[in-house]
Amino acid sequence: MDNLLWIFVSALLINNFTLAYFLGLCPFLGVSGKLQTAFRLGLANIFVMLITAACAYVLNTWVLIYAPYLRLISFIIVIASAVQFVEMAIKKLSPDLFQALGIFLPLITTNCAILGLALFSTNKGYGFVEGMIYALGAGAGVTLALVLLAGVREETKVLDIPSVIKGTAINLIIAGIISMAFMGFAGLFST
Amino acid sequence: MSEDQNITASKIEEEKEPSSLTLIFALGIAGFISGIILVGTYLYTLPLIEANKADAMKNAIFKVLPNCNSFKTLKLENGVLVEQKENEKQKKENDDEALVIYAGYNANKKLIGFAIPGSEPGFQDIIGAIFGYDAVNKKIIGFEVLESKETPGLGDKIFKNADFQTNFKALSVDPSIVLVKSGQKQADHEVDGISGATISSKAVVGLLNNTMSIWRKAIDDYIKKN
Amino acid sequence: MDTIDTKSRGAQEFMKGIWKENPIFVSVLGMCPALAVTNTAMNSLAMGLATTFVLVCSSILVSSLRKVIPKPVRITAYIIIIATFVTIVDFALAAFTPAIHKELGAFIALIVVNCLILGRQESFASKNTIGLAIKDAVGMSLGFTFAMLCIGIPREVLGSGSLFDISLFGENFEPWVVMILPPGGFFMLGFLLLIFNWFAQRKNKMKNNLVENNG
Repeated sequence: MDNLLWIFVSALLINNFTLAYFLGLCPFLGVSGKLQTAFRLGLANIFVMLITAACAYVLNTWVLIYAPYLRLISFIIVIASAVQFVEMAIKKLSPDLFQALGIFLPLITTNCAILGLALFSTNKGYGFVEGMIYALGAGAGVTLALVLLAGVREETKVLDIPSVIKGTAINLIIAGIISMAFMGFAGLFST
Repeated sequence: MSEDQNITASKIEEEKEPSSLTLIFALGIAGFISGIILVGTYLYTLPLIEANKADAMKNAIFKVLPNCNSFKTLKLENGVLVEQKENEKQKKENDDEALVIYAGYNANKKLIGFAIPGSEPGFQDIIGAIFGYDAVNKKIIGFEVLESKETPGLGDKIFKNADFQTNFKALSVDPSIVLVKSGQKQADHEVDGISGATISSKAVVGLLNNTMSIWRKAIDDYIKKN
Repeated sequence: MDTIDTKSRGAQEFMKGIWKENPIFVSVLGMCPALAVTNTAMNSLAMGLATTFVLVCSSILVSSLRKVIPKPVRITAYIIIIATFVTIVDFALAAFTPAIHKELGAFIALIVVNCLILGRQESFASKNTIGLAIKDAVGMSLGFTFAMLCIGIPREVLGSGSLFDISLFGENFEPWVVMILPPGGFFMLGFLLLIFNWFAQRKNKMKNNLVENNG
């Protein structure tokens, strides 16, 4: 049985969703120009992930045992609805944030990180509490990666980057270096 | 005049949005057809998938229990090992969290030992393995890694290195399995670690000890009864 | 006259997916699978083929139903269609090639959120005939698989010293392990994008030179 702390830290640092599993790359390389936006998008991600994890548990335990072939479709529907819900909530609570996030909010639906979370959690056979902790760690991990990359990108804006490598290419290489740094977290929990 | 009327008429047709009922109906049909296709695919592939899973498990069991010819699936019920029926579904939907072990028999129907699956967090991620336990001599007689994300070239030696494998030919479980530095194995219950992969080696030892503590008593009882 | 036009149009739709509008190198779509499963050449190929199946089948279906699907719910309909085919591929792989299914794992199911597939349905298949949709889908899939192999083959050769599990360099080869680890994926794709951009820039420069010289 994996203990909860290990699940959380593993998803956050040791096996970071974005830097180790490449999930959630579209916003990672697209939106993370500004630190503020990146952080808020990350938070929206966490929220959607928590909702998804809860619904996935309910589905897995009571519905999908009878129809495992419906897993993918039902997960997608749950995610789309969760994103819709979060979108409405943000629109009501903070219209400027809604403006700032723009197109990227509905794009969370096709964000591999959310579906990936649901699928990984199912494969690992996590219960309800473990699933929620896993979602929290994964969401925090994605947020962390988004924020780190946005921070580095803000710094590199004033640098003289050759035109061949400008844009996505240099972002990927930066991401690779951050990913290498995160590899140092392996073995964090050795006895 | 009639041309204008035609243009307006087609414009109106274009702008008439489908009613909610039509939308729901369309999606309903799409879902229904998709459901039928999926059920069909599922029923067609299910026997194959189950057969593959059973094969994989059988191979793993035969690898860790030498001369094994057949096996029985045993599960823990109120602290007692009972046989699990063929069609009985395992408690958890996926097989990773095994709540069963396997009793292996040789060609003469004699009990060789038990194949016990277990998992333990390793260096990178969880290591999943299965090992063979000879309950009479209280020794581990086989070990096979099923899932590992350990570092290539270092941690992955737990399944790639032939020398590491020799640890598990006759590993005594009493008093408990202990990890020692590479090349310093002297007692029966010690395991030679892999230099440069201490944490992965520790995880293997931890896996063996922890899993044994889960099943030890039930196995001892089972041996006495059968 | 007409047949020549349609033929060349078809060829154009087919070819554009392979280089000019290569989904990974140009639009940088569908990257999650691209980096996660390209640690060996075999996995890259398998993922490419699985995506091809889903993209082509979805395009055919969406194109045939393009006049029937109501506009407001079209994205949902596309997703249902795509998810159905992805589930079929998932089960088929688990049944017929369990080893590959284990290697690719949850990333097979993640084909459903591959922006490439949904993007092609929305921007092309829903607006064109079945014939053109098929050509577009096959072209894009070939481009995708080609890109996956471009990432996967160097990663496996450098990181494991093998190609399609056949050892290339023998025992004494010291593999560049980082290439089969996650950072290697990032570096490889970044590097390939660099090469791609370099080619594109060079082509533009030559074009501009020609124009200047002739103008």
